Amino acid sequence: MKRIITATVQDRAGVLNRITGMLYKRQFNIESISVGGSEVKGISKMTFVVEVSDDQKLEQLTKQLNKQIDVLKVSDITDKAMVARELALIKVASNAHLSAEIQGVIAPFRASVIDVSKDSLTIQVTGKPDKVDALINLLGTYGIKELARTGTTAFLRGQQPHVTEISSFSV
Amino acid sequence: MKVENHAAESANKTITGADLLIETLVEAGVDTLFGYPGGAVLPIYDAMYRSDAPFKHILSRHEQGSVHAAEGYARVTGKAGVVLATSGPGATNLITGITDAMMDSLPLVVFTGQVANQVIGTDAFQESDIMGITTPITKYNYQVKKLSDLPRIVKEAFHIATTGRPGPVVVDIPKNISQELSAEKFETEFHLPGYQPTTKPNPLQIVKLAEALGRAKKPLILAGAGVLFSEASAELKEFVEKYELPITNTLLGLGSFPGTNPLFLGMAGMHGTYAANMGIYESDLLINIGARFDDRLTGNLEHFAPNARVAHIDIDPAEIGKNISTDIPVVADAKEALKELLNSEIDMPEHQAWKEKLQQNKKEYPLWYESPSDLLSPQWLLEQVYQISNGEAIVTTDVGQHQMWAAQFYNFDKPNRWVTSGGLGTMGFGFPAAIGAQLGAPDDLVVSVVGDGGFQMTAHELSIIYERNLPVKVVIVNNNALGMVRQWQESFYDKRYSESVFSTNPDFIKLAESYGVRGIKIDREDDVVSTLKDAFAYNGPVVIDCRVAQETCVYPMIAPGKGIHEMIGVKK
Ligand SMILES: Cc1ncc(C[n+]2csc(CCOP(=O)(O)OP(=O)(O)O)c2C)c(N)n1
Ligand SMILES: [Mg+2]
Repeated sequence: MKRIITATVQDRAGVLNRITGMLYKRQFNIESISVGGSEVKGISKMTFVVEVSDDQKLEQLTKQLNKQIDVLKVSDITDKAMVARELALIKVASNAHLSAEIQGVIAPFRASVIDVSKDSLTIQVTGKPDKVDALINLLGTYGIKELARTGTTAFLRGQQPHVTEISSFSV
Repeated sequence: MKVENHAAESANKTITGADLLIETLVEAGVDTLFGYPGGAVLPIYDAMYRSDAPFKHILSRHEQGSVHAAEGYARVTGKAGVVLATSGPGATNLITGITDAMMDSLPLVVFTGQVANQVIGTDAFQESDIMGITTPITKYNYQVKKLSDLPRIVKEAFHIATTGRPGPVVVDIPKNISQELSAEKFETEFHLPGYQPTTKPNPLQIVKLAEALGRAKKPLILAGAGVLFSEASAELKEFVEKYELPITNTLLGLGSFPGTNPLFLGMAGMHGTYAANMGIYESDLLINIGARFDDRLTGNLEHFAPNARVAHIDIDPAEIGKNISTDIPVVADAKEALKELLNSEIDMPEHQAWKEKLQQNKKEYPLWYESPSDLLSPQWLLEQVYQISNGEAIVTTDVGQHQMWAAQFYNFDKPNRWVTSGGLGTMGFGFPAAIGAQLGAPDDLVVSVVGDGGFQMTAHELSIIYERNLPVKVVIVNNNALGMVRQWQESFYDKRYSESVFSTNPDFIKLAESYGVRGIKIDREDDVVSTLKDAFAYNGPVVIDCRVAQETCVYPMIAPGKGIHEMIGVKK
């Protein structure tokens, strides 16, 4: 199952290495990691998209992250009301004839063309990862010359629907 | 502190970063430093030379010896073992020991020299990426970027190493930092918001555990090294005796409960006793206190305590549910949890039949051994070591058959007298660990039980015991083989003894003597008692080369892949 985990971490030297090293050593399957600043100076926010086989593995993952001395908070936000976004840059093969057609394809995705050359168009798209996937798929027919994705970044919506909090791993 | 800097006119003297480090170590209460000098730590060694700091520096002959000695010291004193090594090869020589400490949760603070900050990353002479290398094998690590951070980092390092689940912390100090001059007084207050170990148990979980005990017909306690780290042996004993609970130990937990107490079933696991392993297999409530369900304990997970509800008390939440799914998790310091359990009113049902069954197993299926026609029986030898030291020695071991025999035949009635490498199984550990143990407990008899193979990995540390006249007694259980490897080849590889039987061994007596240490050889059982008595009473180091029968195997054994109830080599 795919899960989205966020962590706030202290911005100390080597923190990224320490966390990715742990994930590698413990054989967690990471689809993407994104890291950047947060609203607090000295504190970074990390978002992991992980593929885990079961709840036990998932519990291990959050516990191992929490165990890291630089990690302040770990949340599995997969089942919460949240916003998750990704940005992708896609360079597709194109020419004078195709250009308009491609523009038509990307329009419903609210993607934009940010660079044009004689034989290519570079498109920027932002959105939920499945929307990004869908656009990449569609553009595949034209031939993708280059692709770069940032990985998902996410956080909770300002308002959460009212449910009693079930902390599955209460200890 | 005699510092030659006459420019210092201000209130604080101008001192080097290295001087500041020494001051900070003194403030941290360090009395012993295990180390080895080199280029990147010359300023630190110079500061040490000039200082009148009240600690000893123990010069090993290989940095691996320093770190294992520090582990032995930490194991018996409960304090952090402190290590100092130079950059590059000095630091990389520590890796085995740091990993060993990580696996067995030993508190170490390891200082490594580093090339100057300005040249880090340029492949400078004796530069190694010790931060990168030690990240996965430390609880935490630091590289000092600014002198002003140094005292705070050192304080943090000791705090992290010794609290929560203990572990090794590396502090990498670039040479420019230890050379830098300053007269400033630096901030040492620290704040670690991401590191707040839970020590007090959740009361609801204690209630659940008490309720489970109230329903159990076949309860069993499994106590690990967590009990030792939290100094909870007295509470454990009180709890176990109050409810007359049968109890077993992990390899590393030995000594957390008195080995001669009738409720004790012996060690559990791969070479554990029949009574302990069958106890786990048949229990209906298994209470793990401070053990991590290591695979050498559990055997095949499918058959581990199949009918038991499992309660697990551990200060490290990540250990709970890692290998064994847990019904009653209790994140806490073992002592705090046991105190709460002792305060709870538990209405224990009668479990006489269960206790009797386990006692019967214990009596009917004891540890056994045969007397060889020639040379010594290694198990009998260990029994003599136990008898002659009145069960009061601090015993360190290396890794292999002799380690398992020591675990089986030496009963520890007191905590922190058993020093062995469990998680990593590091050959070369036992002898230097004994040096650290003896320095940590100068008035105790320290016996180092080693194999002829493993002893050769760190035998050069004989220099230290001679130099310091440390009365360590080295008992070499000499089977002229890598015995444990030989045993596995006998049992699982059709007796194809590939590279496990030595064609030559040194003359261990001459080896010892060449370092100035007394050496004795024993090859007849008749000589064992008198020789050991004499050696143990001798006020100085002794190496005793005990020739044991090579073909002896460690039993019982849970073969790899087998369940805890499928032991081989069990005898009535
Ligand atoms: C550094 C290291 N290398 C290899 C091993 C694998 N190993 C485990 S036990 C053993 C044999 C040890 O022989 P010896 O020290 O003579 O002890 P014995 O088993 O004979 O008592 C070996 C090679 C190890 N544990 N550690
Ligand atoms: Mg041997």
